[in-house]
Amino acid sequence: MWKWLHPYAKTEQTYFLCQRLFPWFAFLAVIALLTGCVWGLAYAPADYQQGDSARIMYVHVPTAILSMSTYAAMAIAALIGLVWQIRTADMAVAAIAPVGAVVTLLALLTGAAWGKPMWGTWWVWDARLTSELILLFMYLGVWALYHAFDDKQTGGKAAGLMAIVGVVNLPIIHYSVEWWNTLHQGASITKFAKPSIAPEMLWPLLINLFGLAMAIGALALLSLQNEILRREIKRPWVQKLGEQA
Amino acid sequence: MQFENWQAFFAMGGYGLFVWLSFGAFAALMLGSYVVLKVQRRNLLSAIRAEQARRKRIEASKG
Repeated sequence: MWKWLHPYAKTEQTYFLCQRLFPWFAFLAVIALLTGCVWGLAYAPADYQQGDSARIMYVHVPTAILSMSTYAAMAIAALIGLVWQIRTADMAVAAIAPVGAVVTLLALLTGAAWGKPMWGTWWVWDARLTSELILLFMYLGVWALYHAFDDKQTGGKAAGLMAIVGVVNLPIIHYSVEWWNTLHQGASITKFAKPSIAPEMLWPLLINLFGLAMAIGALALLSLQNEILRREIKRPWVQKLGEQA
Repeated sequence: MQFENWQAFFAMGGYGLFVWLSFGAFAALMLGSYVVLKVQRRNLLSAIRAEQARRKRIEASKG
């Protein structure tokens, strides 16, 4: 059933798969993000309570949601690397970590810029914000651990283990607004219920969510290709790539 | 269009600083990540080429 996946354990196959996929991801990301941002900034209605500051939602919510999804993707790659000893999966962990860190940083920055006008403060040590900050440190930790070893085989194992342990943080972030009294509001869109948000605001939000997912995919593909080049620099196919470039 | 003119659009009902800070940070960090990864790629490939050239020179000097 999973046999079609086996060739991608070879770094060469994965490298050229990334090469083929990148234009699609990049194209969809640019189109969707431009549409979603223009729609959200200029055409969506202002919030009846928060006015135009609520437009920050169109970048804050996608970055926050996907900072967690990206972590889950990284942890799955880590699990595959540890269980089936596939080196390419370890490289994917190292490739996704910095991209996820950027997305998490954006969730925190846009959240701070929204918190200042609405709550009167850039930052509070409340459960949602603190657990999201820990997510940023998890990403940086995984990335640093991978690069802390000269032997990348060992580094990949250590980083993978840390990535998997860090999964425990994901439900904590998700339920933090329910488990503790936080300044942060609860979820407006979930998979399980009808969203409690007007459709004119929901559409640009979903388009940006899709666009950012594609953008993260595109960046992760580039990042994975770079990591493969770094690890496989002595391989003949990489050498040939250097001659062609 | 929710805004009367460009001025109102940039002012964002008084929240201009925060809205543009968010969208600005978003655009800057996403584009920045792309540029950094592309520069890394170029540097990796040129390092491969430099190493190949070095090996060729060593071969040549051996005659």
